[in-house]
Amino acid sequence: MSSETTAPSVTPGAGETAPVPALGRFAETAIRSLVPVLLALVAGGLVLLALGTNPITFYANVWSGGVDFTAWEDTIMRMAPLTLIACGLIFVFKAGIWNLGIDGQFLLAGAVIAGLAPELYGNMPDALMFFILFVVAGVVASVWTIIPAMLRAYYGVNEIITSLMTSFIGINLANILIKGPFQDAASNVPQTKAIPFTNLLPTIPGTRIHVGVIVAALAAVATWYAMSRTSFGLRLAILGANARAATHVGIPVARLIIVSFMVSGLFIGLAAASEIMGIWGYVRADWNPAFGLLVVPLVFLARFNAIAVIPFVAALALLTIGGDFATQEAGISNEFTLLLVGLVLLFMGVTELLGRNRNLGASYLQGIRRKVRVREETS
Amino acid sequence: MNEPIHNTTSRDHGPETIPVVELRGITKAFPGVLANDHIDLALRGGEVHCLLGENGAGKSTLMSILSGMVQPDEGDIRVHGEPTRLASPKRAIEMGIGMVYQHTTLVPTLTVLDNLMMGALGTFRLDEAGSRARLAEVAGMLGVDVDPDAETATLALGQQQQIEIIKALWRGSKVLILDEPTSMLTPRGVEELARALERLKGHGMAVVLITHKLHEATSMGDRVTVLKQGRVVGRLEPDELRGRSHDELQPVIVAMMFGEQEEAEPELVELQEHVVPVRGARELPREALLELVDVHVAPRGGELGVRGVDLSVRPGEILGIAGVDGNGQRELAEAIAGQRHVSSGEIRFQSLHIDRLSVWQRERMGLRYVSDDRMGEGTVAALPVGLNLVLKRIGQAPFWRRGSIRHAEIERNAREKIEEFAIRTPGPGTRIGTLSGGNIQKVVLARELAHEPKLVVYNKPTYGLDIVTTRTVRERIEALAAEGVSALVISTDLDELVALCDRIAVISRGRIAGIVENGAGAAQRVGELMVGGQAEVA
Repeated sequence: MSSETTAPSVTPGAGETAPVPALGRFAETAIRSLVPVLLALVAGGLVLLALGTNPITFYANVWSGGVDFTAWEDTIMRMAPLTLIACGLIFVFKAGIWNLGIDGQFLLAGAVIAGLAPELYGNMPDALMFFILFVVAGVVASVWTIIPAMLRAYYGVNEIITSLMTSFIGINLANILIKGPFQDAASNVPQTKAIPFTNLLPTIPGTRIHVGVIVAALAAVATWYAMSRTSFGLRLAILGANARAATHVGIPVARLIIVSFMVSGLFIGLAAASEIMGIWGYVRADWNPAFGLLVVPLVFLARFNAIAVIPFVAALALLTIGGDFATQEAGISNEFTLLLVGLVLLFMGVTELLGRNRNLGASYLQGIRRKVRVREETS
Repeated sequence: MNEPIHNTTSRDHGPETIPVVELRGITKAFPGVLANDHIDLALRGGEVHCLLGENGAGKSTLMSILSGMVQPDEGDIRVHGEPTRLASPKRAIEMGIGMVYQHTTLVPTLTVLDNLMMGALGTFRLDEAGSRARLAEVAGMLGVDVDPDAETATLALGQQQQIEIIKALWRGSKVLILDEPTSMLTPRGVEELARALERLKGHGMAVVLITHKLHEATSMGDRVTVLKQGRVVGRLEPDELRGRSHDELQPVIVAMMFGEQEEAEPELVELQEHVVPVRGARELPREALLELVDVHVAPRGGELGVRGVDLSVRPGEILGIAGVDGNGQRELAEAIAGQRHVSSGEIRFQSLHIDRLSVWQRERMGLRYVSDDRMGEGTVAALPVGLNLVLKRIGQAPFWRRGSIRHAEIERNAREKIEEFAIRTPGPGTRIGTLSGGNIQKVVLARELAHEPKLVVYNKPTYGLDIVTTRTVRERIEALAAEGVSALVISTDLDELVALCDRIAVISRGRIAGIVENGAGAAQRVGELMVGGQAEVA
C-alpha cells in the first residue's frame, strides 16, 4: 500500500481492482445519459402546466409533429447538420479544448458558399459544384478557428472567450457579405441569390431526404474510428486528460491544438454546406439556426462518442421539428424547445454531482482532467 | 491489536497524568484498505512524540483525523481528558491542534504578515498591529527571527516552514503536528528545526513529528510510536529512549518495523539507513555521452530556472544531482529531455547538438526521462496500464499499423512488462490511476527503459515509494549502469545518491555548486555544498 485516496471512485492499493459496479457498465452509462433527459422532460412538463398547457398533449404533439406524414423526413434531414457539428465538437472536446464559436464558423461558411453557388451553378456538373462547395465551406469554417486556436496554442489564451468573440465577428461578417457583395440584385430582401430549388443536393430515391444525411453518417463513422483507433485520437485524448503528460510523452501540443481546432471547424463547415445546399439554396441575412450550443450538451451525454451521439441528435432533431408544431398548437413560443435543452444541461450537472457521490456510472467528462486527485501518502 | 513488542502501558508515567490529546481505538477504513486499525495514542505536553512508519503505514490518516479533516469510523478522541469530536479542521484548531503540512500552504506573493492574518480571518477588519505583536510573540517562543513584511516567495524553504509553524501556533495551539518536516530541509535547516521544537517543549507544547527516518525519531523524539499497515507495532517510552545512542536503538526499532522480516531481508535495513557508500571508483570510458555547456533555462512562474550549468555524463556513469527541492532540478531535467527550450548554452548527446530536437527525437536516440511527478505528468490516470506503457511510441509499429491501433500488440507488450517489472495490477486494461504509487512508478520505468535506453534522467525516482520498491528501482538503475546505460539521478535524498552514484553534483539556485567524487566523506562534502548554497539565500 503506498497510495491513499480521497476519491471514492479510485481504489487504493497495489493490484486491487476497482469496486465492482452494482450495474453493468453499459447500464450505468445509459442511466447517466437518460436520467437528465427524462428529468428535463418532467420539469418541462411542470413549466407547461404552469403555462396552462397539458404536457402529455404537448409531448404527443412533438412526436406527431416530428414523425407523422412527411415530418420524419424533415427530422432526419435536421439530423445531418447536428451530427456533423457533433463530430466537429468531439475532436476538440476530447482534447479538452472548448470551441464554442460554432455559430460564427457555421454562418460564415454558409454565407461564403451561398454567395459562391450561383457563380458556379450552370458552369459545371452539379456534382462537382457540390463537391467544391462542401470543400470551401469546410475550409472557411476551419480558417475561422485559427485565431482562437493560435491564441490558445501559443499564448494560452482561454479559447472559450476567444472562440465566442470570433463567433460574433463571424456572424456579423456573414451578414455583411450577404447584404453586400452576395446580395441578390433581383431581390429587395437582404439575401443571396438562390440556386433553383430543383437543383439542390440530390435526394435519396423515394424520399425528400438529401444526401447530406449520408455525409453526416460517414462523418460519424470516421470520427468514431479516428477517436478510437488512430494515434491522432489517442493524442487528443491524452492532451485532454493530462496536458503535462502530453508534453512529457513528446506530443507537439501547440500543433495538436491548432489541428484539432481546424478539424472541428472543417466538420462545422460541412454542416453548413449540408444544411444550405440540402434545404435552402440561399441564405437570408440574420438567418441563424443556432445549432451550435444545442449540440454541446449532446456531445457530453454521448461521452464524446460519435456513434453514441446519434440517438441524442435524433431526439434533438425530433424536438426541434416537432416542437415547432407542438408550440404552435399550444400557443406558446417555440423558444420552449430551447428551454428543454437548457433543462437537460441543468440536470446533467445534477446527475454528474449525484453520480460522483453515488458512483453512478462514468462521468460525462470521462478521460478529461478531473478535479478528483489521487493523493499519494508520503509519510 | 497487534502484539506489541514493547510495553504499551504508557498512561501511568510521564510528565503529566492527563495527556493533552488522547486517541483510543481509532479505526478508519478506506475502500480496499484499513488505514488505521485500533490505534491508541497519547500526546503529552512538553514532549516530542515521533510517529514512525513506512509509506502507507497510516500516519497521514491518523494526522488527518487529528486535524479534523477525516472522521474515524470507530474510537474516541479526548482533549484534556474530555471526549471530543473533531468534526472539522476549524474545530480541531479551536481545540488547540495546529498542523504543519509537508507541502507549503502559504501564498507566495503575499507577505509573511498577510499570510498569517489570512489564517486568522473571522473578523471583518484585519488587526494588523495586533498581528504584528502576535507574530513577535510566537517567533520569540520559537526562537526565530522573522521579517513580517518579507514577501513569502523570497524566503528560503526553512524559513517558510517556520512561518508555517507560526501559523499553526497562531491561535494558541497546545498540540503541534508536523508532517515530514525535514523532507525539504538542508542539514542545517534540520538543526534549526530541532532547536525550535526544543523551545516549544519548554513552553509545554505537545509536538508530534511524523517521519519515516529512524535517525530523526531517535534524535528528536522523546517518545516513539511505530506504525505498520495501520497498526501500532511498537512504542518506545522516554526512559527507554533516554541515554541510548542511535546505534543501540536502531536494531530495536527495525525489529518493530520489520518484525521477523529482519532475518529474511537484512538488506532492507541497510537500505533504510544507508550511510556507507557502496560504489567505489569504476573504470569508465573517458568520452562524455551527455554534455551540458553553460546551459541556461528561463524560469517560469515561481521557478529559479537554470543559470549556467556545465555537466558531463560518461557512458555507464551514474551522476547524482543533489540539492534542496526547487533549485532548478526540474528545469534542468526538462531541458535535457526536450520538454523546454534552452535559452542559451548547448546540450550534446553522443557528440550531437540536441538543443533543437523534439522530445520524441531525443527519446528515439535513447535519451529518457523519468518524471518526478509520476501521476501528474508521467502517466495518464484515465488510460489503462497497457496504453500508458506505449505512450512514448504512439503511432509507431508494432503498436500501430497503417494508422490503426493494434490492441493485441499493446496487450502482449503490457503482459511482458508486467511480468518483467513485477507490476501489481489486475491486468493491462486497468486504469493506471487506480494503482499504487509504487506500481505506477514501475510502469513508468518499464516504459522509459524499453527500446534500448542510453541515458536515463531519473527525477526523484524513489520519492514516496515503499522500501521494497525503492530497492528494486535502485537495483535497476545500477544494473543498467553496469550494462553501460548512463543515469542522471536527481534526488533530495542524500543517502540515496551516496548509495548509487559515481559522482554527485550539487545544484543550488539553478547553478552547480560543486561536484564530489563519491567515496568516503562524500556525504559530508555534499552536505556542506548544499548548506553553502543555501546560505546565499538565507
